[in-house]
Parts: sequence; structure tokens; C-alpha cells
Amino acid sequence: MTANILTVDDSASIRLTTNVTLTNAGYTVTEAADGAEGLAKAKSSSFDLIVTDLNMPVMDGLTMIEELRRLPAQAGVPIIFLTTESDADLKARAKAAGATGWLTKPFDPENLVKIVKKVLGR
Amino acid sequence: MSTLDPVAVFRMEAAECLEAIEAGLLDLTHQLDNKDLVDAVFRGLHTLKGSGAMFGFEALAAFTHHCETAFDRVRKGEVAATSELVAAVLAAQDHMRALVDQPDADHGDTGHKLLAQLQAAVGGKEAAPAAVPATAAVCEAPAKKTNSWRIRFSLPANSMANGTNPLGLLDELRDLGECTVRANTSAIPPLDELTPTELHISWDVTLTSEQDRSAIDDVFIFVLDDMELSVEEISGQAAATAAPVEEKAAPAPVAAASAAPVSPATVPEFRPVEAVPARREAPAPASQAKAAENVRVPAERLDELMDRVGELVIAQSRLSQLASASADIALRSVSEEIERLSGELRDTMMVLRMVPVATLFSRFRRLVHDLARETGKVIELVTEGESTEVDKTVIERLADPLVHLVRNSIDHGLETPADRLASGKTEAGTVTLSARQAGGEVIISIKDDGRGINRERVRAKAESSGLIQPGQPLSDSELLQLIFAPGFSTAAAITNLSGRGVGMDVVKKTVEALRGAIDIVSVPGQGSEVSLRIPLTLAIIDGLLVRVGSGRYVIPLSAVEECLELSLEEDLRSRGRSFISLRDSLVPFLRLRDLFRTGTKPDVHQKVVVISTGTERVGLVVDQIIGDHQTVIKSMSKLHNNVATFSGATILGDGSVALILDVGHLVAAGQQQEAQLRVAG
Repeated sequence: MTANILTVDDSASIRLTTNVTLTNAGYTVTEAADGAEGLAKAKSSSFDLIVTDLNMPVMDGLTMIEELRRLPAQAGVPIIFLTTESDADLKARAKAAGATGWLTKPFDPENLVKIVKKVLGR
Repeated sequence: MSTLDPVAVFRMEAAECLEAIEAGLLDLTHQLDNKDLVDAVFRGLHTLKGSGAMFGFEALAAFTHHCETAFDRVRKGEVAATSELVAAVLAAQDHMRALVDQPDADHGDTGHKLLAQLQAAVGGKEAAPAAVPATAAVCEAPAKKTNSWRIRFSLPANSMANGTNPLGLLDELRDLGECTVRANTSAIPPLDELTPTELHISWDVTLTSEQDRSAIDDVFIFVLDDMELSVEEISGQAAATAAPVEEKAAPAPVAAASAAPVSPATVPEFRPVEAVPARREAPAPASQAKAAENVRVPAERLDELMDRVGELVIAQSRLSQLASASADIALRSVSEEIERLSGELRDTMMVLRMVPVATLFSRFRRLVHDLARETGKVIELVTEGESTEVDKTVIERLADPLVHLVRNSIDHGLETPADRLASGKTEAGTVTLSARQAGGEVIISIKDDGRGINRERVRAKAESSGLIQPGQPLSDSELLQLIFAPGFSTAAAITNLSGRGVGMDVVKKTVEALRGAIDIVSVPGQGSEVSLRIPLTLAIIDGLLVRVGSGRYVIPLSAVEECLELSLEEDLRSRGRSFISLRDSLVPFLRLRDLFRTGTKPDVHQKVVVISTGTERVGLVVDQIIGDHQTVIKSMSKLHNNVATFSGATILGDGSVALILDVGHLVAAGQQQEAQLRVAG
């Protein structure tokens, strides 16, 4: 069974990689270029999983996660955030904001799929 | 589009990212304490590093990491943003660009030098962890030995709302080996106090597995920090590896865990930071936000489309010709319809190719910044009319000439701060780049408030290099035009003259190749202004179709000032002198029939088409003016590179080819003829 995944990243190349990887793994992918766009898309349709970057213009990933968690409809939707090694502090904040898990950048596609499967439980 | 190469996308993006970083840094030089700018630069560096590492640009990632670290310290207030730091990162940014373009090339020790500079700028101490890679990798341990574990865990009450699924965790444990799971439901509150989204169950799991301890930690990797987890090895010796993880994961013993499964103590730890994000929502650089609304199209596709539109225009004019000769009303009306449509399509196409000159001007901020440091002059760059739009090809080709001109303005035009103060000016010199549209042309000018061009030196130089006769009378504009002469920019000229000779002939050639023209105005002691007048577009122009002998030629309509009749008397009178009087001024003219050696007799009613570039005019004598004509410009083959009289060719409605006259060249030829006659007579 497929799942709808929303990926939020300001980097087109990372969006592309994520999209290709997840689409090849059989998931349906929707893209957003920043937190505000991600939030809007999450509000207008339902996703089984959200993968987001943290550092983004307009609205950063952290704020987006907080906003999402305030929406009753988004309760229980797993959110994986992309982070770099040096973001230890950010990681803690993202978790506190309500993220489910994280993936350290640079990630390799296999790892992404593995973690998506883990979080989705399928 | 799914076949796009992520690396290519990354390169494009990295270029944008670097531009944004550069713009941020340049802004920062003027306002070192602007926190938003620091954040913006940091974010740019961070993104570049992250994506770079993802797409295999390891050297870039490692190098950028240091700059990011430096900016992170500024962001956190540990060090102040100084102009040294900004300059160091600006320089480093060029290196990053090189690392993006040629990741595998040997960049020598440029990187080390830059890092040393950076280090010095932030006060020296930085840990410098070099490599960034490392992923949330899951280790597959080779251990074959079977172990049995007793695992007890409870999750924070809010973990299900945050997307963690305990059933998934249990499934994963089951995947590791044989499992017995027992849920501890003692902490579940009475029904009327129960919040359904909260988790109150803890679990006891007995696992027999070939995997080692780290596999269990991997199952809990996302929740490890907040949860209570205890893992005991039941059979065999207590594994030494278990100890450190357990310490980190759960200081609380199992009993405490089941008594207080929610462990609220761990949650508040994260609360104090909730207020932070507000500041980080600072608006992104405008360009980045805008980019999302645009569609990016490779330039060659636009060119292809332009070609097709060009062919359509040609086919349409053939159709018009056929239709006008036909009595069929229906055919005529279709032809008119198509003429209108192709005209509109052409206009739309033009707009697609237009880009604001801002993209061109923005590059100069960096140039000016660097030149100011290099020359020790204080320079203010002012840009005007940045939203003026020009054909993208024009913009690309203008970049180099403009660099020359701006360089010249700063190198030779502007005085040193001391000299400026001595002559009663402000310490800072101003260079103004402006663009504006005027009819079918865009005028781009570079103005400085420096010392102006020294006429005596220009004349002396021109005389000594044989460009003009000693004492030859020249108008001021003619004198100034001398600096564009190829022989003018010699080594001696660069050092001794007011120096505007460097590469100016190249500038002029480039501008003329764009069918544009250059005007100079210079007031001694007050500065100079060089204006480039460039046609708005290159691909399709409105042209005046004329006949000379049996051939047909196109004159770009934008250059045409007026058309006159050349009466037989005037023709005879002017023979040998080649001037006509036009409202009290003498305008030289060229007989195209002679120039092209048509060998035909002139028509009785010859016409003169007066064309101009800037202030200079010349008349072209033609046999017949056919009318205006939408001209699709086709460039000529390399074999025709030396044919200066023509700038291109076009295909007429009947399929025949007409050459397009090069206005710049013809005006120059006319002026030369005038000069010779003046000397002679």
C-alpha cells in the first residue's frame, strides 16, 4: 500500500533527490519549498508522513512543525526532519516541537527509504 | 522533467545560493550589526554545505563548513561581524564557486590560505572539524551468537501525537528475533480522566536475537532521548557495550518507569526554547522568494522557440504576399488573421526573452567593492532603473563591456579621497549605473563624478600615434570618440593618459555588434558619462526594405531618421562632394549603388535614407524605398565575418534573401568620408 508523503525543503536539488528516491520506493510525493507552503499543503490535503528541512526561508521547519502539531488533524502524522551533524541543538528543539524522527544530512537514498518505512511501519 | 540530473540542479542552485550569500555579505559590509543579514548569510552557507555534501561535493562541504562555523559564532554573538570577516568570507565565496564548478580540480592551497584569513578574522580559535559526512546509519553487526534480552520501555505521553507508533516499534523488535511482549497497563487512568491521544502503556519484551545490543537501540533511535528504556541481557555475560547506552537512555530504574510511565520530567527540558523561532522567520532575500513563482527554462529552449517564431513570421509574410495577389476574400481574411496572430506571438516571445537589468547590475556591487579595496578609493555605487528590461542575449553580451567601463571609471575617472577633498569634492566618489528605455532602445549609462577626460592628453596621444593629423580640427565628440580607436589603447596610454583607452575598442566593437552605439560626455573636473544605446532585442527588428540596383536590403528602422528625395539637380550638384544640405547642416551621404558596385543606372527618383547613431548622421542613397518590413535576423556564416557593411540577413516573403545593413559601420564610413573631404578641401 502506498503512502502520501509531503517533502518540504528550500533546496530544489534535495527535493528532487527525495522525490525520486521516494517515488521509486512506491510512495506518492508532494513537494513544498518552504515551511509556509508545507503548512498550507498539509492543511489542504492529508499526508501519511512529512519530511522537512529545518533551515528554510519564509517559515523554517521548526515553526512549521510547531504549527502542524497545533492542528488536531495533524496529530499522529509522523514528521521526519533533515538535519546536519552540527545541528544538535536544533534537533532537540525540533523534537520538542513535535517531530517524530530525523535524518542526518547528507543522507543516502537507501537510508531515507529505510527510515520512512520505519516511521510509517510499512 | 523527471530525468533532470540532481547534480545539475544542485549546481544551478548552488550558484543562486552563492549569489544570495554574496549579496548578503555586500549588504553586511555597510551594516555590520544587521542580525537578519547575518542570519541570511548563515542560512545560505548552511544550505550550501548540506546540499554540497549530499551531491558528492565533499571539498565544498568541508570548506563551507568553516565559513558557516564562523558565521554561527557571529549569530550567537560570540564574535562580532567585522569588515575583515566579511571580506574573508567574500573571498572564500569565490573559492566555493570554484569548488562547485570544478570539484575535482586541484585548487592548490587557496583553501588553506582563505581559511587562515578567516581564522584571523574571527580571532583564531576554531576547532576545525574537517569532514562532515556520517549518516544515521544502522550498523549490521556480524555477531552470530544468540542473545536474550529483557527490554522494558515506556514512551512520553505525547509521543503518539508526535507520530511515533509504539506498535511499529514492537514490530521492529519482533523483526529482530523471537519476542514475547507484555503490556503494562497499570498506569492507564480511569476512563473519565483518559485523554485518548496520550500514551500510558509501558511494555516488557523478552527478545531472543542474533543481533547485538545496538540493533535494539536502533529501533528506539528516534525516541531514545525522551523515553525510559532498560535493556538487560538475560543469558550469558552482561555485555559491556550495553552500559554506556543505558546510562544515557534511562537513569531511572524499571520500577520507577512503570510507576510513572509518562516521565513528565523529560519533556519540560525542551520547553524553554519554544519562544525562539519568531526571530528566525526573518524574510528571505527577495530574490529567493520570487524564484518560486517563476518557471526556469533553459536558454536554448527559448532560442529554439524564437527561431520557430521567426520562421513563422517569414512564412506569414509569404502568405500575405500570396493573399494580396489573390482575389479570394476568404484567403485574404485568413492571411490577415495569421498576420495579427504572428505579430502578437512575436511580441509575447519578446517579453519572454526580456530580463531586468538588475541581474546585470547586481554583479557590479562586488566589482566596486573589490576595486575600492584595491585602489583605496571610497566609492559609492548607485544603480538606477534596475527594472528596465532587455533581451537576455543583450544582457549577457553587455556584461564584459560594462565591467571595462566601470573599471575605467573607478581606475581612471575617480580621484583618490585626498585629491577629491583637495578639489572641494566629497571624499566618496560616486559611480552611477543607470538604465532606461527610450523607444526601441535601452540606454545604459555609466557615470562618475571624477576628474573627467583630459582632452589635451587624448589629442597628444592620437597625434603621436598617427590617428589624426597634428592640429587637425575636431569636434569635441570626435575627439572623445578617439579613445575607442584600436590603436589608442597602448601600454603607454594606460599609464600616462587619463587612461580610458584600455579595451575601449573592444567595448565599442561589442556594442556595435549588438547594433548599438556609444556616446561620451565628459566635463573636466566634474566627471564623465558613457552611454550605451542598445536595441531592445536582437532577434526580430522592424526594418525598412529598400532596393539598390536589383538587390534588396534592410535598414533597421530604429536607426532611420528620415527619408528624402534626391532630385536629379542635387545629385548632379553634389557629385564628387557627397553632401546634401539638410535643414542648414551638411550631411555626408553614401551612394549604395557605388558601394555595392551594382553596375546599374540610377533610378530617376533616387531616395536618401538618413540614418543616425547618436548625434552622427549619414544619408544612404537608394533606388527605391519598398516599405517597412518585420525582419527576422539570421546571422551570416563565419565566411562572412569580415563583411562589415552587413550585420545579418533576412528572408523575404517571396523566399529571397535580403542583407541587413550595419548602421554603425555605415555611419562611421560616412563620417570618415566627411573627415577626408574636410582635410582635402
